[in-house]
Amino acid sequence: MKNTIIEVIDLKKEFHVGDVIVRALKGINLTIQKGEFVAIMGASGSGKSTMLNILGCLDKPTSGEYKLDGVSVSQLNRNELAGLRNEKLGFVFQSYNLLSRTSALENVELPLFYNDRVKSKERKERAIAALEAVGLADRMHHMPNQLSGGQQQRVAIARSLVNDPVVILADEATGNLDTRTSYEIMELFQRLNADQGKTIVFVTHEPDIARLTSRNIIFRDGWVIKEQLVEEPLSAANMLKSLPIGDHEA
Amino acid sequence: MNYINLVKIAKNALMRNKFRAFLTMLGIIIGVASVIAMLAIGQGSKKSIQDQMSSMGSNLVFIMPGSQQRGGIQMGNSSSQALKLTDVEAIRLQCKDITAVSPEVRTSGQAVFGNSNWPTSIYGGNLQYFGIKKIEVESGRIFTDQEISSLAKVCLIGKTVIKNILPKGTDPIGQTIRFKNIPMKVIGVLGEKGENSFGQDQDDLLISPYTTVQRRFLAIDYVQGIYTSAISEEKTQDAIAELQAVMRKQHKIAKPEDDDFRVMSQSELVKTFSSISDILTTLLGAIAGISLLVGGIGIMNIMYVSVTERTREIGLRMSIGGKGIDILMQFLIESTMLSVVGGLIGIGFGYLISSVVGSLMGWPVVIMTQSVVVSFLVCAAIGIFFGWYPAKKASNLNPIDALRYE
Repeated sequence: MKNTIIEVIDLKKEFHVGDVIVRALKGINLTIQKGEFVAIMGASGSGKSTMLNILGCLDKPTSGEYKLDGVSVSQLNRNELAGLRNEKLGFVFQSYNLLSRTSALENVELPLFYNDRVKSKERKERAIAALEAVGLADRMHHMPNQLSGGQQQRVAIARSLVNDPVVILADEATGNLDTRTSYEIMELFQRLNADQGKTIVFVTHEPDIARLTSRNIIFRDGWVIKEQLVEEPLSAANMLKSLPIGDHEA
Repeated sequence: MNYINLVKIAKNALMRNKFRAFLTMLGIIIGVASVIAMLAIGQGSKKSIQDQMSSMGSNLVFIMPGSQQRGGIQMGNSSSQALKLTDVEAIRLQCKDITAVSPEVRTSGQAVFGNSNWPTSIYGGNLQYFGIKKIEVESGRIFTDQEISSLAKVCLIGKTVIKNILPKGTDPIGQTIRFKNIPMKVIGVLGEKGENSFGQDQDDLLISPYTTVQRRFLAIDYVQGIYTSAISEEKTQDAIAELQAVMRKQHKIAKPEDDDFRVMSQSELVKTFSSISDILTTLLGAIAGISLLVGGIGIMNIMYVSVTERTREIGLRMSIGGKGIDILMQFLIESTMLSVVGGLIGIGFGYLISSVVGSLMGWPVVIMTQSVVVSFLVCAAIGIFFGWYPAKKASNLNPIDALRYE
């Protein structure tokens, strides 16, 4: 049985820059089902970042409909959007956005601080579980500057998992990483998708990375120009094996 | 939003920059400490003036000669010869709010014993003089009525004079000292009073019958002052009015403007000096208050910089579900924590400084509960007031822009 997580109908977004109206999204229709691993692709200015901001409830569409897990987002105010982000979404950024001088554990706990229903004991347990899921349980007391780029991104992924979101939104999550580390991160995403059934929306402009997902949505000039299922998604684990030996992360 | 969580978030954020938090608090610490110390010192000086003045007798009312016209020439107060012994007698007979009255005459000169000498003053009064001015006699006796009428060459001696002219271990009573070349027999020793609020040594004196001082030393028939005791402190105002009436009748004065005397009470003097002390305290407090204000501006400055510096953090917090109010409260709690913790440390330092200054300089210090409570509340208010603008700025950030901020 299919379960629609994201449903976007004729969504438009306009920006006013001085007197000029910039139409970033011109009428987007897309649906994403539970358990999908979708890559949103496109060049700069194609509208994919605007789309991600709207999907992430950070911005509101000018017109059209966006339903996230059955909730119509377009009518919500700023605070309600914040609540929705807290409970239903997980973000992974290109530049990790971890709090400096704050342990991995505390960084992962952060989203739960904004949720009244989670008590401090449960908060810690869930954060430790999320760190275990990304393989960093032994580094929970390290500060971000004591972790490598890949490890920092894993902490960020743990942070996006800790509130058990309906969808994880990743924005160029491998953009700052070398090839090997990128595959390691993608391997983690694939594992979360396959083993835990996490729905993941991954914005990227690298076709190599898009080949590791199950469906690609390609944006250009504010339109979706192409939607395609990936015939045989590659396994990041296999890609890692094929990389030359000795290219290990320091 | 759960406030315990917000307090934890704010605490963690401050702990990430301990040294900066400390430097920010330093302004508040210094401000509060100086407010408390300054007010304590100011209040202490006021209290010491009050204590010392009432130790001289809170029901003391005295008459000083005023300015006087003689043949169209206005004379100075001190040269006035307006007060007479007949005035003393009239007061004794007519004023019912007065329990005791004594004339006072005084002169300064050199006291000599053996080969030692010491500059001091001699005061002359009657038997009631000791009671009115609260002067204790430690040993020996005071003079008698008979000694007053006979201009006896007897005196009571103060501790400072004893120390300076008598050899150690000598019993002063029965000794004969010379004052202005007149031999005086010591009949009593005065109790020690120490310095008064103005640094004047109250033990550096001799006391003799007023007749002796008047005739033998000064060769005058007027008196330099009249000291009286009112029935009680509350009755001093009535006593003053009564004294003025009697004096005007004695001196045949119709209008108060023409008075050739001034009536003053100790309690009025206390009030005057207390109000001077109050002005001083207010001034000190105001200066200290300015340093507290500067400390507050320091907090605002740091919070303002902090908001800009942490723009991405704010964006992240918003993206993971922080509402505008959460961000606002976080920054407000941070600034309030800085000011309140700084304020508490400042109160501690204020106590410390006050007691160190008090014991080191020998100044009395009175730490007022109000000054502690008020400066603490002011601190909390400063935190909220100066934290509001930066916090509001942070909460109004657009999460998308904040996340992309470089």
